[in-house]
Amino acid sequence: MSDLTFKILFIVTVFGISLFIAMYTTYAERKLAAFLQDRLGPNRAGPFGILQPLADGIKLFFKEEFIPKVSDRFLFILGPALFMCTALMTSAVIPFAPDLEIGGRIFPMQGTDLNVGILYLFGVVSLGVYGILIGGWASNNKFSLLGAIRAASQNISYELAMGLSIIALIMVNSSLSLRDIVDQQTGLNWNIFYQPLGFLIFIVCAFAETNRAPFDLPECETELVGGYHTEFSSMKLGFYLFAEYIHVFISSAVLSTLYFGGYHFPWVSALEPGVLKTALGAVVMFSKISFFIFLFIWIRWTLPRFRYDQLMNLGWKVLIPLAVLNILITAIFILF
Amino acid sequence: MPTTKLTSRYKLIERKPMNFAERIYLPAVFKGMGITLSHLFRKKATISYPEQKRPMSQVFRGLHILKRDEKGAERCTACGLCALACPAEAITMTAAERKPSEKHLYREEKYAAVYEINMLRCIFCGLCEEACPKAAIFLQNDKMAPASFDRDDFIYGKDRLVESFRQN
Repeated sequence: MSDLTFKILFIVTVFGISLFIAMYTTYAERKLAAFLQDRLGPNRAGPFGILQPLADGIKLFFKEEFIPKVSDRFLFILGPALFMCTALMTSAVIPFAPDLEIGGRIFPMQGTDLNVGILYLFGVVSLGVYGILIGGWASNNKFSLLGAIRAASQNISYELAMGLSIIALIMVNSSLSLRDIVDQQTGLNWNIFYQPLGFLIFIVCAFAETNRAPFDLPECETELVGGYHTEFSSMKLGFYLFAEYIHVFISSAVLSTLYFGGYHFPWVSALEPGVLKTALGAVVMFSKISFFIFLFIWIRWTLPRFRYDQLMNLGWKVLIPLAVLNILITAIFILF
Repeated sequence: MPTTKLTSRYKLIERKPMNFAERIYLPAVFKGMGITLSHLFRKKATISYPEQKRPMSQVFRGLHILKRDEKGAERCTACGLCALACPAEAITMTAAERKPSEKHLYREEKYAAVYEINMLRCIFCGLCEEACPKAAIFLQNDKMAPASFDRDDFIYGKDRLVESFRQN
């Protein structure tokens, strides 16, 4: 197998896995929401309702595709496409497992090991805002526009704090490549123990970036009908909703990569490189991802939504100063 | 100003500025997460309807049934009192005379050839049951008229109202 075929195979696999996990995150969300509220949740489609995501997908496909006459047709279609695209592109730099070594050849378990992986991640994630903004603006509906503006301002505000919290992390690991960052966290030598405050800031910002509760203001139903996707129907709406779950998956992957040692776990890191190590590494990584997905859902069904001014206060007046403080503390520790 | 306590859970709320622990939200967040997590393992309140049924009250008035007597003959004589008593005018019937060969089928000489109840009109008040002199019509406490997409489906004829032989 040449390197190119392996790469293509790997990328297709990661693509499939992200879609599959996003699909079943919708199921987990509904099921967990139900359990946390003493209900049973979807249990009609297949055993335990396991085919529910498929049924939802089929339903969305067969819904009427409605494009408002007053909307900007091209941008209206571009919005959800862009949002979905950027959501999927982020998984390219995440190392999902240790390198696989077979017969002296190395197969990296990562789309591409960019030496500026984190910057790429941030760039692509910020592009995602355009998907929301374009979609909301093109629908020519004041609720959509308000939702889109909220999404954009929220994402920009929280991206600042997120970037600052990452700077402290980069100071500790002195690398921008995600692979390097993971490989410095062998065993239990995870970044969370060096950067607890940074982690807290990062996870709060991750919640805001994915537009999920308690920061789901862009689509708060009580104020904005549906938010930026009010005018969307059929699979275009599906793209918006689905991309949110891909964002959840990617955020969980990034959280576990940056702060929880990625595929490292005490005795798994000590294994000889080989199929076993790669497989167990992948299992460790995906367990961590699953935990964070659970955390995302758990938080969503626990906390009420922030008010918009509280959101902005938290972002600008609390998180950014805290992140700067975190950088200072980290710098002092590194110096002395 | 003297306050009257409306409930035993009366509590005076003091509006004071939040302290540090309250201002950073986190203790409250973790407390909330603990509460929701404890609900994860709790017994669910749902009753999965078609498979599980909640027991009905003994006096619940549900779907009608036209009873047979102990020999299996229909008790209804098509006197029309139920139709008269019905405030919703949901019951219609056509009477017929029993032939000698049908003696085992009908209790009296007169019987209802057609007996229809429109379940969309019926208000399940049970006045038909009270009016019946032959103890022929009853409202069951364990069955309800099921939903349907078709209005015609709600006009229940004798095929669906008369008690089946097996139940005896």
